[in-house]
Amino acid sequence: MFTTASTTADKLLQMFAAILLFVAVVGVILFIAGRFTGRRGDRTVAYLYLAPVVLMLSVGLLYPGLRTIYESFFNAAGDAFIGIDNYKTIFTDAEQLIVLRNTAFWVLLTPFVATGVGLLYAILVDKARIESFAKALIFLPMSISFVAASVIWKFMYEYRPDQGNVKQIGLVNQIIVWLGGEPVQLLIDSPLNTFLLIFVMIWIQAGFAMTLLSAAIKAIPDDIIEAARLDGVTPWGMFRFVTLPAIRPAVIVVLTTIAIGTLKVFDIVQTMTGGRFDTSVIANEFYSQSFRSANQGLGAALAVVLFVLVIPIVVYNIRQLRRSEA
Amino acid sequence: MTPEALYDIGSGMFGQRGSSRSRVAIAGALSVGLAFSLTACGDSDSGDSGTTDNEAAAIDCAPYTAFGDLKGKTVTIYTGIVTPEDTPHKESYKPFEDCTGATIKYEGDKAFETQILVRAKAGNPPDLAFVPQPGLLKQLVDTGKAVEAPAETAANVDKFFGEDWKAYGTVNGKFYAAPLGANVKSLVWYSPAEFTEKGYTVPTTLDELKALTDKMVADGKKPWCAGISSGEATGWPLTDWMEDMMLRLNGPEAYDKWVSHEIPFNGPEATAALDAVGGYLKNDAYVNGGLGDVKSIASTTFQDAGLPILEGTCSLHRQASFYAANFSKDTKVAEDGDVFAFYLPGKDATDKPVLGGGEFVVSFADRPEVKAFQTYLSSDVWANTKAKLSSGWVSANKGLDPNNLTNPIDKLSATILLDPNATFRFDASDLMPGAVGSNAFWKQTTSWITGQDTKTTLDNIEKAWPQ
Repeated sequence: MFTTASTTADKLLQMFAAILLFVAVVGVILFIAGRFTGRRGDRTVAYLYLAPVVLMLSVGLLYPGLRTIYESFFNAAGDAFIGIDNYKTIFTDAEQLIVLRNTAFWVLLTPFVATGVGLLYAILVDKARIESFAKALIFLPMSISFVAASVIWKFMYEYRPDQGNVKQIGLVNQIIVWLGGEPVQLLIDSPLNTFLLIFVMIWIQAGFAMTLLSAAIKAIPDDIIEAARLDGVTPWGMFRFVTLPAIRPAVIVVLTTIAIGTLKVFDIVQTMTGGRFDTSVIANEFYSQSFRSANQGLGAALAVVLFVLVIPIVVYNIRQLRRSEA
Repeated sequence: MTPEALYDIGSGMFGQRGSSRSRVAIAGALSVGLAFSLTACGDSDSGDSGTTDNEAAAIDCAPYTAFGDLKGKTVTIYTGIVTPEDTPHKESYKPFEDCTGATIKYEGDKAFETQILVRAKAGNPPDLAFVPQPGLLKQLVDTGKAVEAPAETAANVDKFFGEDWKAYGTVNGKFYAAPLGANVKSLVWYSPAEFTEKGYTVPTTLDELKALTDKMVADGKKPWCAGISSGEATGWPLTDWMEDMMLRLNGPEAYDKWVSHEIPFNGPEATAALDAVGGYLKNDAYVNGGLGDVKSIASTTFQDAGLPILEGTCSLHRQASFYAANFSKDTKVAEDGDVFAFYLPGKDATDKPVLGGGEFVVSFADRPEVKAFQTYLSSDVWANTKAKLSSGWVSANKGLDPNNLTNPIDKLSATILLDPNATFRFDASDLMPGAVGSNAFWKQTTSWITGQDTKTTLDNIEKAWPQ
């Protein structure tokens, strides 16, 4: 039944049919909701509006989530209960430990470095003459997809041997050669390669951090800044005691958002090394176990570990949001 | 490993930046997505029923009369063969369609290998599927939805294919799937011009290959070039190397036992095979012509790995017949051209093991028109029709006349496949369980080429074999 559309016309037709159906469903809900009025009616209307969301969340998120947890206690084929063996594998197997180590590198480095770079940049270009141009420059990587960015950096790190008439085609190795060095296999030597992959993520995310933090800096009331100036504050003091506390909520949002995105990183690793040379991370390993190795159980267990790691960050994020709103 | 699969990049999971405002947008997107899959249920195809009598006149319908009148009947095909290779396929069905009146609906999908299982399990399989791996065929039969091949098809396979090929289409003693296309992996690419100029001859035994290599080294060259980088499938060319050596050094029986895990992955046979590969690829004097040192094998893409032959910086490159597609259009791939391939020899000249791959046609319906078309695809008539239409395609069908093939490398592949002395064996990594064949085997041989020793490598793969 789920046949794929073969021609562009078919695809367009399907798209319009889908949009029409969407409009029709929303229309029906609005129509039914319109028939209820009054105080009691408000509550019914609220439930009606919530119904599609609840339905879709349970079908698309809750059920698969519970199912994944359930499957993580089963073997590769999913037909025999094996208790916590999959989790044992994740925390004892040498290969899986490298995956965990790499994930730790990613999560510890990316959010802080990206936020740090973004913050520094935001302060440096704040009120400068070429501010918007300078911002656009660092914001541009944000608009590139992870896969495209990975392909670009794969070329940057590309290696060619130091042999006769062979020319370097990767910028990084070309610079090394210009400086009189030998070209290096950048993506093969572990753990250097993991840090080079992390750099790509930072390159993408720094623009995101910069944009949000710059907006937060601009939102600091002028009177506070003036008061601090009158008190003769040093630039460092200004940053430490005025700017940073004022933008704290924004910094936390940026840090946690990047941390969550980093935990889920898949595209960069998949595109640049395919998880080879000890660069795999949890999300990539989950994919390769589930779809390459046909090991459902271990794949599910990895997904659960990822889920458990994300929870504290999300909880912290929500609490900070609540506090700043209160 | 099918070459098509190598170009697939796994679909990305992009980090979500969840702010409270974007949640509305996400909910909207979700519902559109849902609506999408609902409408996708509607049938979207508009297959043309090609029964024009004037066209049929040009085709000799005599071989097709046995299939009877199938007017108004439709057969659906689902496959991973997509543009541009799908065109000769569709064209090769035309005589069948014109003579019997049946309509063939062809659906190519890059995600075939995962989708076919989903469709079979969900009770929505096509009539016929072209399966590139015997392992996947077994999984499909295990769903209980596949139908045994009809007697006419089995008779064709007995007549036109070797027993080894029939065995790959047989699951639990029952014959399901007839072979369709094939490819040859035991090939070494070289420059005919360089061989003539330097007086090199094509080796006929493994010892001669070694002697030739040493002669090239003496002439001041790094003879071999190799590359295994292929995204998430990085490492697969090394598995082919090792399988070729396994087959040559230990013979087909040991190879079969190794594939079915009757002998361990890390036994003395496998150790000898991987060490033999190491004799070439981990030897700094032999590799990596035009590309760097041994380690550069890991970072060079398989597509680029044989190109130094054209530059003259490399002389020998072991890769399958489909590698021809990686040379630019103005490169002449022929025995008297810029580049060509020779058969990777066996231990001695009479010993002709061939490593390769292919597709198999499995059926999910037992309607007469499906059976008829299945039988047609297993016949010599179809193989020759297809050969005339395509380039870069061969079959192990003994009824195939190599003269119908247009392309020299296809002719060479057909000659190797149809040689009565040849022993064909399927690519082992396609037969082994996924945890080994498309994961540990790739990963560990990749680590091996960057420095890990043979014992650790084989022990790790053995450990990954599902209990």
